[in-house]
Amino acid sequence: MALLQISEPGQATAPHQHRLAAGIDLGTTNSLVATVRSGVAETLPDSEGRRLMPSVVRYLSNESPVVGHEARSSATRDPLNTIASAKRLMGRGVDDIKIVGNHMPYNFTDADSGMPKIRTVAGDISPVEISAEILKVLKERAEASLGGELDGVVITVPAYFDDAQRHATKDAARLAGLNVLRMINEPTAAAVAYGLDKDSEGVHVVYDLGGGTFDISILRLNRGVFEVMSTAGDSALGGDDIDRVIAEWILQEAGVSDKADHTRMRQLMHDACAAKESLTANESAGLTIALSDGTRWTGTLTRETFNSLVDPLIKKTLGPCRRAIRDAGISVDEIKDVVMVGGSTRIPRVRELVGDYFNCEPMVDIDPDKVVAIGAAVQADILVGNKPDSDMLLLDVIPLSLGIETMGGLVEKVIPRNTTIPVTRAQDFTTHKDGQTGMSIHVVQGERELVSDCRSLARFELKGIPPMVAGAARIRVTYQVDADGLLEVSACESTTGVTSSIQVKPSYGLEDNEIERMLRDSIEKANEDVGIRKLREQQVEAERMIEAVNAALTTDGEELLSTTEFENIDNALRALDDARKGTDDNAIKDAIKVVDKVSADFAARRMDATIHTALAGHTLEEIDE
Amino acid sequence: MTTLTEHYREMQRAMHPDKFVNSTERERRIAMQHAAQINKAFQTLKDPLERAHYLLDLNNIKADDNDTSMDPAFLMEQIELRESLDNMRESKDQEALASLSENIEAYKGTAEKQLTDCFTDGSREALIKALSTVRELQFLARLKEEVGNLEDELEFST
Repeated sequence: MALLQISEPGQATAPHQHRLAAGIDLGTTNSLVATVRSGVAETLPDSEGRRLMPSVVRYLSNESPVVGHEARSSATRDPLNTIASAKRLMGRGVDDIKIVGNHMPYNFTDADSGMPKIRTVAGDISPVEISAEILKVLKERAEASLGGELDGVVITVPAYFDDAQRHATKDAARLAGLNVLRMINEPTAAAVAYGLDKDSEGVHVVYDLGGGTFDISILRLNRGVFEVMSTAGDSALGGDDIDRVIAEWILQEAGVSDKADHTRMRQLMHDACAAKESLTANESAGLTIALSDGTRWTGTLTRETFNSLVDPLIKKTLGPCRRAIRDAGISVDEIKDVVMVGGSTRIPRVRELVGDYFNCEPMVDIDPDKVVAIGAAVQADILVGNKPDSDMLLLDVIPLSLGIETMGGLVEKVIPRNTTIPVTRAQDFTTHKDGQTGMSIHVVQGERELVSDCRSLARFELKGIPPMVAGAARIRVTYQVDADGLLEVSACESTTGVTSSIQVKPSYGLEDNEIERMLRDSIEKANEDVGIRKLREQQVEAERMIEAVNAALTTDGEELLSTTEFENIDNALRALDDARKGTDDNAIKDAIKVVDKVSADFAARRMDATIHTALAGHTLEEIDE
Repeated sequence: MTTLTEHYREMQRAMHPDKFVNSTERERRIAMQHAAQINKAFQTLKDPLERAHYLLDLNNIKADDNDTSMDPAFLMEQIELRESLDNMRESKDQEALASLSENIEAYKGTAEKQLTDCFTDGSREALIKALSTVRELQFLARLKEEVGNLEDELEFST
């Protein structure tokens, strides 16, 4: 039949072909990459069999940066060029760094832009670039292990990450050349890893205390649907803080009053961490510390002292736990179990206090360091299309309310915290002066009533409002959070039919042109040809488009399209396929636009058909119930 | 409510952007818009207060912005409750706070039942009565949030 004799430009559309996907846990202390092979999700080791990769990058003057174990082992030797825990700086502004970065032993530059940078021998480096280096190494590891280019990845972020921190993570992935299928929350990923091999319908709590972040998520699991009911946390609390209280205790015990220098502080944190780890299995840990005057201090940290040091930090995590329970609208006895995630949950005292709080034995069946990457790999495998029959679905929420500044520096909430994403909410505002033609819009995130107490995400100006009397204009501000948890804000004036709208990206992030420049720089460093890289990018984009539209034509083309429409789309696809084989990246770009244009109606009809199928057979009364 | 939740999950299974990751950008965007709408519908239908708002809207009964009149007895009671909340903040009386929280829940239950009756009745009179109940529920929701905040404050300030 003529209609079905379409060319197969995307040969890769063979339905049973396995696509390469990976899950990446970009952690504060360690990062991992995992994949699903022969139906089993596993973390991937490096050439020496090590699965955990320290999230440490060491910058060198005339060479590529060194990442991982090798970088970590030079941390004490070269503290200013060796950056650890960069995740704590992601999406932070210069002012935040004064608080968060206060304890960090680096040279921060007085950046003129909103984004802080660290001075190294390789120049001033942003946290996004540091994270991108880590991601690149994990990407290489996965590709070497799987024997091909990755089709897509799922990257995890702390559930409590705000919008700026999420954008920064997405930017890092883009810099690393990764196709991000989805960013998912770390506790949700952990729940997926557990949910698979257990018959576990009901309410679950995920307690995730990592190296630098704390998350708590409460989920309801029902026939493959993971519905996050609430989430809370602290995006600057974790194992690093535990190490620091131990380090401070050592300084105090050793009678050192002033703060140690960078190198010594690094060493001290390292010793503190070793003592902490040793106390997981032992009742006491011996310490020998070299002091600045050349002498040595020897001491013992007992489990009891350690517990008294960490108790205040653990108690700090119980506040968010309580709030999450309240927001979920449940009582403690409805909770089936508590899943422990993150290296810090190895500490016996953490398990004890958390178990007491939730009144149940914490679950620790899966290695708390690997569980997030495993869950991410499972989701990546499904999203990339390797498991078309899977009925698993993750419904997550935004962790912090999104609001807008109103008169008097007050916040009006537009989307409350713990709203299921994706979500779109609009709010109407009006002018307060006669003839006002502009309106300044300030987007904030947080729970407090005053703008000054919330996180400022973006500011922008809506211009070109036709002059009217005060109160006559109707300015609709729309907040849209996508399935990655990323916010987009637009505004338009609608009474006169004059519409001007603007899309914003949070401040503190990188500008698109900054990312372009960084990409160019990294290509140059890698001695790649910029032109070839650009061409390759367009080709990949074209292949994706051809594959997607072809798949759509095969499923719904005959049913939803007239012969002419079908042919138009098919012709555009052929043209794109021809362009794809050529060497002109602009020609490919244009051909993509043509396919998009001619298939626009088809896309809309297909999506309508999907929703009608989902609604079919249900009466309005039923839905009203 | 179980039926509603099931339908919701079923619809998200069909429409969620996760199901369209490999589709064209246009389809991904449409999927996101639909999924957002499904979420909104579910939120509206599952929460008694939101649902009531929506039903009143459907029946074309709207709160007049200028009409802020409410039952004076109810308002008096609200003022007193707020004062007692302030006192509890001073005295850090967690037990009193817990019992206040229970009272609010009980009151809320009664108000919600009243709403159901009004909507079952369906006459214009009953719906106008529902409107004032909705307002009371809004007061209670705000009070409940403040109670929750204070509960957190007291438990973790120590």
